[in-house]
Amino acid sequence: MLSFAIRRVLQTIPTVLAVVLLIFVLFSVVPGSIVSSMGDDGRGPTDPQVVERMKKQLGLDDPVYVRFGSYIAKLMTGDFGTSFRTREPVTAMIAKRMWPTLQLIFAALAFAVAVGVPLGFIAALRPGSIVDTVSMVLAVSGLSMAKFWFGLLLMYLFALKLGWLPSFGYGDGGLKNLILPAVTLGVSPMALLARTTRAAVLEIMTADFVRTARSKGMSETRVVTWHVMRNALVIILTAIGLQFGVVMGQAVVVEKLFSWPGIGSLLVDSVLQRDIPAVQGTILVVVLFFLTVNTLVDLLYGVIDPRIRYA
Amino acid sequence: MKFKMIAIAAGLGLALAATAAAQTPRKGGTIRMTAPYGSSFTSMDIHTTPRAQDEIYAKALHRSLYIWDSTEGKPVLELAKEVVVSGGGLVHTFKLRDDAYFHNGRRMTADDIIWSYNRIMDGTKAYPGARFVRIIEGAAEVEKGQAKEISGLKKIDDFTLEMKLTEKVDPAFYFFTALTSIYPADEGGKEGFLQKPIGLGPFKFVEHVPGSRIVLDRWDRFYKPGKPYADKIVISLMGEAAARDVAFRNKEIDTSVLGPAQYVAYQADPNLKGTIVEVAEVFTRYMGMNPAFKPFSDKRVRQAINYAIDADLIINKLVKGKAYRATSWLPLTSPAYDKAMKPYPYDPAKAKQLLADAGYPNGFEFEWTTSQNESWGLPIVEAAIPMLDKVGIKVKVKQVETAVLAEVIRKGDFQAFIYSQATGPDPQAALKCFHSTTPQSACNYTNFKNTDFDKVIDEAGQTDEAAKRVQLLQKANALLFEEAPIWFFNYNKAVMAVQPWLKGIQLDATELTHQNVEDLWVDDTSPAK
Repeated sequence: MLSFAIRRVLQTIPTVLAVVLLIFVLFSVVPGSIVSSMGDDGRGPTDPQVVERMKKQLGLDDPVYVRFGSYIAKLMTGDFGTSFRTREPVTAMIAKRMWPTLQLIFAALAFAVAVGVPLGFIAALRPGSIVDTVSMVLAVSGLSMAKFWFGLLLMYLFALKLGWLPSFGYGDGGLKNLILPAVTLGVSPMALLARTTRAAVLEIMTADFVRTARSKGMSETRVVTWHVMRNALVIILTAIGLQFGVVMGQAVVVEKLFSWPGIGSLLVDSVLQRDIPAVQGTILVVVLFFLTVNTLVDLLYGVIDPRIRYA
Repeated sequence: MKFKMIAIAAGLGLALAATAAAQTPRKGGTIRMTAPYGSSFTSMDIHTTPRAQDEIYAKALHRSLYIWDSTEGKPVLELAKEVVVSGGGLVHTFKLRDDAYFHNGRRMTADDIIWSYNRIMDGTKAYPGARFVRIIEGAAEVEKGQAKEISGLKKIDDFTLEMKLTEKVDPAFYFFTALTSIYPADEGGKEGFLQKPIGLGPFKFVEHVPGSRIVLDRWDRFYKPGKPYADKIVISLMGEAAARDVAFRNKEIDTSVLGPAQYVAYQADPNLKGTIVEVAEVFTRYMGMNPAFKPFSDKRVRQAINYAIDADLIINKLVKGKAYRATSWLPLTSPAYDKAMKPYPYDPAKAKQLLADAGYPNGFEFEWTTSQNESWGLPIVEAAIPMLDKVGIKVKVKQVETAVLAEVIRKGDFQAFIYSQATGPDPQAALKCFHSTTPQSACNYTNFKNTDFDKVIDEAGQTDEAAKRVQLLQKANALLFEEAPIWFFNYNKAVMAVQPWLKGIQLDATELTHQNVEDLWVDDTSPAK
């Protein structure tokens, strides 16, 4: 098990290096800079002398290889650089935003798992029934709905019409403020999990070992809980693992809509204002998070199905 | 006076403000404002950021030597009680307030102002306020590293400061924004200042949740007696207009900036119509033309473009009336605005004639660089294209991000561009952008060169008579209109929705969201008592 874990961790290193290079190259060729963004709200002309000094101070005119060398050297020591905008260390900025994002992602996925998996199970156990039809219509709708629009609908209903929940903001970080953004973010993974679970369960229900279990006189409840659920779990777990990355990406829209102080909204503003160290740091953290979750999922496979460790 | 009249014409807001003034301000409560220009504040070090978004919180936390007075329509003394001008208009001696205390309890002295201005001129950093402080003699030397302190700033005593300028200008226009805020000399440079900034403003820092909100509490030792009225201010970051709309209707926020679509919706809603406050801001939207592109080097072609586009139609139908038609460069709220001036009428026949006279009877094609901005970007360009086509001018659209557009403009890398530019509050500074000595990278984006114009602007800068200066600036403005280096599109109409319980809103023509928060108060109908 340990060698399997080490192998999986080592496999992520080339991915991280490729991502670091890709982010750097992309934001080196993208037009515009923090200096040009300073005057983009048209409040007044940007002083040419300040522009020149800023370029020098931030090393914007240095050759790409010099900038890359300095970036990598800092990165090796865990230093993501200093934000062009806030003049704060990027690690400190990300640290402040990470917890709200994690809260949002885990709440969204908890909602997705809590609703999507049972929905998929029920639909699969009664294929063609009204329950199956309704749950799959819900699932397709959840997948198709734009986050922004769905979020606004929830705001309208639960904040404006019913007055149950606040429409925006982080508040004190409690559940009340978390519910609407989490449901908005969780609706498409919920839909996907429902469909994945349904498909997985339907397939397993017709497998030989399930038929054998039934022929041996095992009760339907036991067949489902002992054989079907356990075998479907590997597929569901894979889907959940992949959804972590998707949800993190979609959090950008949801955080902005609900004024949620996570790394998604940090990323948007950093990109718009060309705060390259903050963009690089944020994307890298997102990628590392995605890789970590997927590595953990891979390790969990080994626990659920020991055959995977030796594959 | 003129400003007042224009402001009255500008909207319903003044009535709201007047009603508020007639009531007795209530002490206590929480004001819940919004920062609508993105999902974060740039920095807690206000010296480093020129963005409108950041000045919203800075108005509560910090103070500068001058402050914008919306009623007067000009900057007035804030941290000084009086100023004496001598030395041929170059030396300004300020009698500073002796009752201004920083949020750490220390009294402000002349040393703090000198320290703050020296900091802004630090040549190893890039503080955007340097463009203002550079007007003080010796500031440029500090910037270049040739001197350690600005020679033109002299402390006479703790509460008397002498400032010697390099040009005969009104320093009020240079030292009223938050970019030149006064920091406490002993605290401003410390590491922890960014985490807990200290200022002279009516509210002191409590917390900043990056990407969500900033919270400030009443500063009891603020120097204006009885102010601020409210106990607390919460400024929520809300970049999404639709989310702001729901929050405003749900009474979770007290102010919300409105875009064109919401402006129409709020006007049509009897419950919301009364919440609208509007003002003509000092921003002019225009299409700049590069004279290096041959057709645009001919004045007749530039005028033809002004005749060919039906700006009124675009303003009414597309911008939903959320703008005022531009009649020249200086906006409605400028002290040098000439109300006798009329805009270029929509006259395609005249445009065709001018093009033929200039040697383009069949028109020509040009590339128009634009951002996606809904009020002065792609939608406007798309509306103008068929109008220009009608007179034979073809347009090739080049779309870029707003941040990129600013760079393109500064470098002169365009044939034409559409932009929104601050054209006030100082009319002289706004017009000086077209002076031939102003570099393109500064603000002479259309590389305008005209000796007659230069002469008038120079004369305006030299005169001591205010009335004569206004007259000369109006003359320069008219000359610019005739030369038409740009297509004069519109002046921004800033629109904000304000809850009925929030009183004291000021019609700030420099930026409506920049409220002097000590004058705001909430009555007892506010849900955030």
